Amino acid sequence: MKDKRVAGTSARRADGIAKVTGAARYAVDLSVPGMAHAIVVRSTRAHARIKSIDREAAAASPGVIRVLTGDDLVGAGLTPYYGHVVLDHPVLAIERVRFHGEPVALVVADTRREAAEAAELVEVTYEELPVVIDAEDALKKGAPDLHERRGDRVGDEGMDEGEGGLPTNVCAVARVGWGDLDDAFARAHLVVEGEYRYPMLYGYAMEPYNALAFFDQGDLVVYSSAQHVYMVRRDLARMFHLPLARVRVSAPYVGGGYGTKSYTKVEGMTAAAAFFTGRPVKLDLSVEEAILTTRSASAHIRARSAFTKDGKLLARDFDIVMNAGAYTDNTPLVNSKTANRCFGPYRIPALRVVARSAFTNTVPSSSLRGFGAPQGNIAGELQMDEAAVALGIDPVELRMRNLVGPGEELMPGKRPLDADLRDDLRCLASALEWPGAIVGRSIGLGVSASDAGAYPTSTAAVRIHSDSSVTLFTGSTELGQGSRTVLAQIVAEELGVALEGVGVVNGDTGVVTYERTTGASRTTTITGRAVQEACRDARRRVRGLAADTLAVAAAEIEDAPGGIGVAGRELGYGEVIERWFGAGGEVLGHGAVRRAEGFAKMPPFYEIGCSGLELSVDRETGQIHITKLTTVGDVGFAINPALVHGQDAGAAMMGLGAALHEELVYDGEQLANPNVVDYRVPRFSDLPDQVTHLLAERGDGSGPYGAKGAGEGAGNTIGGSVASALGRLFGVFPHQLPATPERVWRLIRDAETKRDP
Amino acid sequence: MGKREIRLRLNGGDRRVEIEDQMLLIELVRSLGLVGTKLSCDAQVCGACTVLLDGRPVSSCTTLAIEADGKPVVTIEGLADGAKLHPLQQAFIDRFAFQCGYCTPGMIVSAKALLDARPAPDAAEVRHWMEGNICRCTGYQTIVDAVLDAAEHLRSAR
Repeated sequence: MKDKRVAGTSARRADGIAKVTGAARYAVDLSVPGMAHAIVVRSTRAHARIKSIDREAAAASPGVIRVLTGDDLVGAGLTPYYGHVVLDHPVLAIERVRFHGEPVALVVADTRREAAEAAELVEVTYEELPVVIDAEDALKKGAPDLHERRGDRVGDEGMDEGEGGLPTNVCAVARVGWGDLDDAFARAHLVVEGEYRYPMLYGYAMEPYNALAFFDQGDLVVYSSAQHVYMVRRDLARMFHLPLARVRVSAPYVGGGYGTKSYTKVEGMTAAAAFFTGRPVKLDLSVEEAILTTRSASAHIRARSAFTKDGKLLARDFDIVMNAGAYTDNTPLVNSKTANRCFGPYRIPALRVVARSAFTNTVPSSSLRGFGAPQGNIAGELQMDEAAVALGIDPVELRMRNLVGPGEELMPGKRPLDADLRDDLRCLASALEWPGAIVGRSIGLGVSASDAGAYPTSTAAVRIHSDSSVTLFTGSTELGQGSRTVLAQIVAEELGVALEGVGVVNGDTGVVTYERTTGASRTTTITGRAVQEACRDARRRVRGLAADTLAVAAAEIEDAPGGIGVAGRELGYGEVIERWFGAGGEVLGHGAVRRAEGFAKMPPFYEIGCSGLELSVDRETGQIHITKLTTVGDVGFAINPALVHGQDAGAAMMGLGAALHEELVYDGEQLANPNVVDYRVPRFSDLPDQVTHLLAERGDGSGPYGAKGAGEGAGNTIGGSVASALGRLFGVFPHQLPATPERVWRLIRDAETKRDP
Repeated sequence: MGKREIRLRLNGGDRRVEIEDQMLLIELVRSLGLVGTKLSCDAQVCGACTVLLDGRPVSSCTTLAIEADGKPVVTIEGLADGAKLHPLQQAFIDRFAFQCGYCTPGMIVSAKALLDARPAPDAAEVRHWMEGNICRCTGYQTIVDAVLDAAEHLRSAR
């Protein structure tokens, strides 16, 4: 790699001072004069027809401006549904509710307290309908049909209906496969077979969903906690029949995303409140309400894997059922990613995956960090460990024999693997001191390769000012991942200017350039490439101005750090700009990337997961203690190593939460633990004794300087690693996460029974 | 609804404010423009809303504003000395001890209470003291490192 000045250094975060002094503003902190406040009235039934909504008492309550229901939206001719794939999610319930906690009405009042008091007075009468909570029950004959009439299709991503359309309650189906499965299983020396369960999770981004909406001379302006501001813009434009240009969605700093703030959440109802009251309206959800807004999909996976005597995979077969909840939201993508990510980065001669996601009367499921990967990984990776035991082969060696090599295809016709997984795994095993020698401790590890990056549409703009400082405009949202810092480093590197001279404007569709999404670990790789292109365009323009001003041929002008060089002398950008304009002025560069050239083949890159841990268990209580946690960040090139470590650390810890504690539990028709007292996320006491983050930099990514994404991978393998370590310790592999003390205690008893029947 | 006037010393300045009886401390400080203090769990488990009341860390989401009557209150906005960051703030930047930053004000205020009480904690003490603060982004290690760094800095500056 060429020498770089700024890229490759752990430059301090651009948002550092703002965030440590309390000056950083999040959507929840914003207010405007005349702002009213909204409170959501939620369904107390899991599935019911709405017979009536009596809002008289609430409307007469002090301070109340308006009580809104779904009928108001329908009556006003608005599009009362949202959804980026299927338009089936009502902004406020229409005629029917499909989960306990669904928004039924919105009370808007002068103060939040007045709205909350009036919300208690809204009387809804229901006619109850049969309820289905479990995904497999929902697919059975005779199950209540949640969506007799399907919503309009507005996006094609992840939809694969097959012949005759989707059966009752099937929200999405994905099929992946090749080779002669029956033949492969018939020839197998060993077949490992089992059922695996991954829990329903809540991402707990600490800033709950919130929005502030108002109309400004007919334009809709929304500030919110959204990750994908451009996706939200599209939903709002459709809802109010406005051109995209007249809807402005802005996300200032976002208090945690992890995928949970992808796509529209509360923006539609807040904008509706502004529309009907003529006032700016603020809607702040509580954490409990956030849990009732979005969760991740639980998965039940039936899997079998066929091996030769020497541990080569012959075939894999996965049947996956996931719980989509009440509406489509992002389920088609989650479902198809689960299908693509379950079988692992291995050479598999014959494969069959069928993944189905079912509508149920539960909180709608959508994105959460690595979606699909952690769910499938536990089945795919555990079967490698189970086979290793049965065949008497070391589990690391068994993986080595099957891993796809660099440049090899994981899936026919898709991007060849842009990573060296064998080397990554060697590195991980060595750091964990595999196979481990300490009595009572056990190591578990795993690998994954996720088709990451989403659809590679991105644009960026840079303005070079007359003092040679630069402003970058990007539609990528700062969620904490450090996009403002990394993208500024790319600008400084490309234009040869000081990092301190680069400002970043992001997250406001009224100001910044188009970005499809901020997710799928794409910002450094895909947005980063758009930023590079914008810088190159700006440099081209500066050369043009210089040629014009100096009256020389453009070919005689070359790039120099922070400016241009001509005939042995150098001129800074500012000098060129001021000379051309005569006074003041600036240069604007625009960059765009699309599904072409470096990103022609999908996925835009593979995100590698290569992490593991060592644990010990208190055999009396079943309590797990993590002694070591190690991640290998195979990111091609770390533009900011400290930020990569931060992503790996955060993803791995979130993975540990799901592996050890976290699970949303339905008790009958409602959630038993919709709060962070009963839903336990990792705390300081969960910090492993020793944490090591390694980097693997081979310049093999499709992003700037050979970089590729991070942020999900390190967490994807953690659930499987915990289960694998427990299996190696006790001789029985747990097939269900989280590995709570009770489940581990039972596992130990099962293992004893198995040993001494 | 009863209203009354309270006096408090907020980030070093004397304030007289009229409050409603049921007003929470977080509502009070945020209504005065100090929105660095963040609401999250609303149940006293996450620590995002931590402020110092009479030198002790409290969850301002479950503390009545009236309890601050006659007492000093310190929020995240009260830590820096003008443009000069508190050593904890500088250490959080240098150690990359935050990402989204939403938990950071409460985290830093809690850590300040620790270092006020125990100027030379070890890593285990930091982890134990900070158990009441949740961070969903960092995985905690960098926060422990930052608090230890700041403690050392404060000791050597003494």
